[in-house]
Amino acid sequence: MSNATPKQLIHGNQIVADQWTLVKLPVLGEEVVRKQAGKVVLFKLTGEPGASAEQIAATEIPASGKVIVPLSVWLARKAELQERLAKGELGVWLATHEVVEALAADQADLNVFPLIAVFVERFADGRIFSIGNLLRTRHAYKNELRAFGDVLRDQLFFLKRCGYDSYLIRADRSAEDALAGLQDFSEPYQGAVDLAEPVWRRRQRNGATA
Amino acid sequence: MYKYDEIDQAIVNERVAQYRDQTRRYLAGELSDEEFRPLRLQNGLYIQRHAPMLRIAIPYGTLASYQLRKLAEITRRYDRGYGHFSTRQNLQLNWPRLEDTPDILAELATVQMHAIQTSGNCIRNITTDQFAGIAPDEIIDPRAVAEIMRQWSTFHPEFALLPRKFKIAVSGSQQDRALVQAHDIGLEFFYDADHKMAIKVWVGGGLGRTPILGTVINEQLEWQHVLTYCEAIIRVYNLHGRRDNSYKARIKILVKALGIDEFRRQVDAEWANLKDGPNTITEAELERVAHHFTRMPYDTLPAHDASFDAAIASNPAFAAWVKRCVHAHREPGYRAVTLSLKPYGVAPGDATTEQMQVVADLADRYSFNELRVSHEQNLILTDVRLSDLYALWETARAHGLATPNIGLLTDIICCPGGDFCSLANAKSIPIAEAIQRQFDNLDYLHDIGDLELNISGCMNACGHHHIGHIGILGVDKDGSEWYQVTIGGKQGSDASLGTVIGPAFSADEMPGVVQRLIDVYIAQRSDEERFIDTVRRIGVAPFKEYVYADKAGKKEAAHV
Ligand code: HEM
Ligand code: SF4
Repeated sequence: MSNATPKQLIHGNQIVADQWTLVKLPVLGEEVVRKQAGKVVLFKLTGEPGASAEQIAATEIPASGKVIVPLSVWLARKAELQERLAKGELGVWLATHEVVEALAADQADLNVFPLIAVFVERFADGRIFSIGNLLRTRHAYKNELRAFGDVLRDQLFFLKRCGYDSYLIRADRSAEDALAGLQDFSEPYQGAVDLAEPVWRRRQRNGATA
Repeated sequence: MYKYDEIDQAIVNERVAQYRDQTRRYLAGELSDEEFRPLRLQNGLYIQRHAPMLRIAIPYGTLASYQLRKLAEITRRYDRGYGHFSTRQNLQLNWPRLEDTPDILAELATVQMHAIQTSGNCIRNITTDQFAGIAPDEIIDPRAVAEIMRQWSTFHPEFALLPRKFKIAVSGSQQDRALVQAHDIGLEFFYDADHKMAIKVWVGGGLGRTPILGTVINEQLEWQHVLTYCEAIIRVYNLHGRRDNSYKARIKILVKALGIDEFRRQVDAEWANLKDGPNTITEAELERVAHHFTRMPYDTLPAHDASFDAAIASNPAFAAWVKRCVHAHREPGYRAVTLSLKPYGVAPGDATTEQMQVVADLADRYSFNELRVSHEQNLILTDVRLSDLYALWETARAHGLATPNIGLLTDIICCPGGDFCSLANAKSIPIAEAIQRQFDNLDYLHDIGDLELNISGCMNACGHHHIGHIGILGVDKDGSEWYQVTIGGKQGSDASLGTVIGPAFSADEMPGVVQRLIDVYIAQRSDEERFIDTVRRIGVAPFKEYVYADKAGKKEAAHV
C-alpha cells in the first residue's frame, strides 16, 4: 500500500496506519453467479459452501509481516501457520455468513490471535453485530476486533457497542468524519458489550415525580 | 404515564442531532440514497407517492394532552392540517418536506416524543391494549414492562439491522386486544400459581404476504427474564433469518423453516448464556417504572348517575353513542370513551389539527390529561366520569368525533392504499368511503351489530385484512384495480385468518358485495349471533353462493 493513500483505519478511537495485510481467497475460474441480483445469497440455512479446497490451497500468504487470513484457510492450513501465529503475525477473518463456532470449536482460546476481523459485504447486514457480541462475551476474546468491508460512519456506534474496537472505513469515505460516529450517544439504555450493564444499573434513576 | 428523566431526554436530543447531520450529509450528496435509506427509515421516514411520510412513535399508544397539542401544531405547521393514526398506534404525516424533518423531530423532542424505530428493519414501537390499566378484564397492566422494553429496544446495538422489521406486542387482559398472535413476539402476562407475574411468549406471528398466527415458544417465563429471553430469540433470528429475499425474511419464515421445536432449542441454548445477565430486570427497576403508571387519583363515585340515566332515556342519539363508544371501567362511576376517527367520507384514522386540539382539551377537562390511540385507529379517553359523558359527547359531536359506530361495520380499518402508498395495488380509502355510504342508516348498522371490516391496498396487509370478519385486499389484474374478499378472520384470543370467497371484484361492485354478505348473515343468524359467529357456524359456502349468484347468472346469459 502506498503512503499517499489516506489512512482508513480507526483503532483505539483514533486514525492509525494499518499494519495488517488482508489475505483473500483467490477467484478460480468463473465466479459463481449468485441468484438474487446483486444481493448476498450466502445464507447459512441454504448451506452454500464458503470456499473450495482448491481456493484454499491456492491462497497465497505473504511470507512476512502481519497477515489476516480467511477462516477457511486457517482451519485447513493451521499447521503451516503455527509459526506465524507464535510470532504474533497471524489474524483471522470471517464473513458474516460464517459462524463463530467454527473458529472457536477448533481453538479454545481465541486470544492466541492478536486480531480477528469480520467482513461485512453490505452495511445493512446486521449479523456483524451478533458476531462481535458472541466473540467478546461467549468466547471471551480480548484483542483487536475489526470490522471491514462496507463499514460506514452511521454503523460505528453500534459496532462499538457490540465489541468492535477497530474499523476499516470503506475506501471512498473519510475516516476522519467517521470518527465522530463513535460519539453519537453518551448514555445508551441497554447493556451490551462495551457497557455490560443497562443504564438503570449504571446510574441512579429517579422514579416518577408526578 | 412515563415521564422522561434527563437520561431519556439526552437520548432523544442526541438522536435529533445525529439525524440532522445525516440529513445534511444526504442533501449534500455525501450519503447515497441507498445509504441514507436505512437511516431515515429508522427515523420513520418513508419516501412515498406525494412526499416523504413521517411516522411518529406513540409508545404503546399512550399520549399526554400536551403531546397531542404539539402533534396538532406540527400537522399545521409542517403538513396539511391533518395526521393519520395508524394500526400500530402511531401517527403518520403524509406531507412533510424532507428538509423539515430534523426540525419536526426537534419539536417532538421538546415533548418527550420521537420517531425512533418506527420503520426499518429493527425492533418497532411496542404496542398494547388501548384499555391497559383500566379494563375490567385486566390481569396485569403491561405498560411498565412495555416501557422497560421500549428503552431496551431503543438503539439496541445488536439488533439495529435485522433481516426484517420486528414487532412486539404485550397484553395483560383476559381478552387479548393487542393481537399478540399476529406479532413477531407476543407477550401475554398472567399470574402463575404462586401469584408471581409470568409471561406466555408467542413467536412468529405476522400478517403481510404470508399470514401466520404465532406459536407459543414458552408457556411460562418469569418476568425478570423478558429482556434476555427476547435477546435470545432475536439473536437466533438475526444470525439465521433469511437476508436474501425480503419476502421471506420475517422471523415467522425462520420459525416455520426450522420448526418450533428446533427454533426453541436454539433459543434456549442462546438463552442459557444470557439468562441472569445484567439485562435481567430488577424489582427496583420494575417498581421505578411502574410508578409512572399508578392508579389515577379517582374519586369515589356511585356506580350510577341520575343525570346520565336521564340523558340515555331521553336522547336516543346519545344512547346510541353510549352503546357503541363508551366502555366498561374497573372503577365505579367511570367509563372509557372511544372518539371515532371513522366518520363517513374521511379516510379512517385521519384527524385534523383542530380535532387534535379538541381531543387534547377533552382529555384535560375529563380524563386526567391523557389519552390513547387504538390499533383500530381511534382515540380513547380512558377515565371519564359518568356524569361528564353527556357534555363530552356534545363537544365531540360538534367536532365530528362522535360517530356512534365503534365496532360496527363502518368502523373500518383501512391502510392509506393507492392514494398515498407507492406499493399499493389498489386504492383503499375510496372503498371504505363507498361502504360507509352504503351503510349510512344507523338503525340498520346497529342491527347488524359487531363487525370488523379491514381493507389493505396490497399484500403487505397494513390494514390487517386477514383478521377482519370481512377482509378486503387490493389486487392487480392486468394493470387495473380489483378487490379480493375474505370472511371469517378474527383478532383476539380466538384469532383466525379469513377465507377467500372467490374471484376478485371491481371497485364499483364492492358496496354491493358487502351488502350481500350482510344479507346472508341477517337471514341466517340466530339470536345474539354476531356476523363472525354465523360465518364460523355455517361456513363460507352460503355467503359465496349468494354473492356470486348474479355473476354466474350473467355468465350463463352471456353464453346463450
Ligand atoms: C404509505 C406508506 C406505507 C408503506 C410504504 C407501508 C409498507 C409496508 C410494508 C412493505 C409492509 C410489509 C412488511 C412485511 O411484511 O415484512 C407493511 C406492513 C404493515 N404495515 Fe405498512 N406501510 C405503509 C403505511 C402503513 C400505515 C398507514 C399503517 C397503519 C394504518 C401500516 C401498518 C402496517 C402493519 C400493521 C403492517 C404489518 C402487517 C404484518 O403484521 O406483517 N402501514 N407496511
Ligand atoms: S397495505 Fe400495501 S397499499 Fe396499504 S399501506 Fe401497506 S403497503 Fe401500502
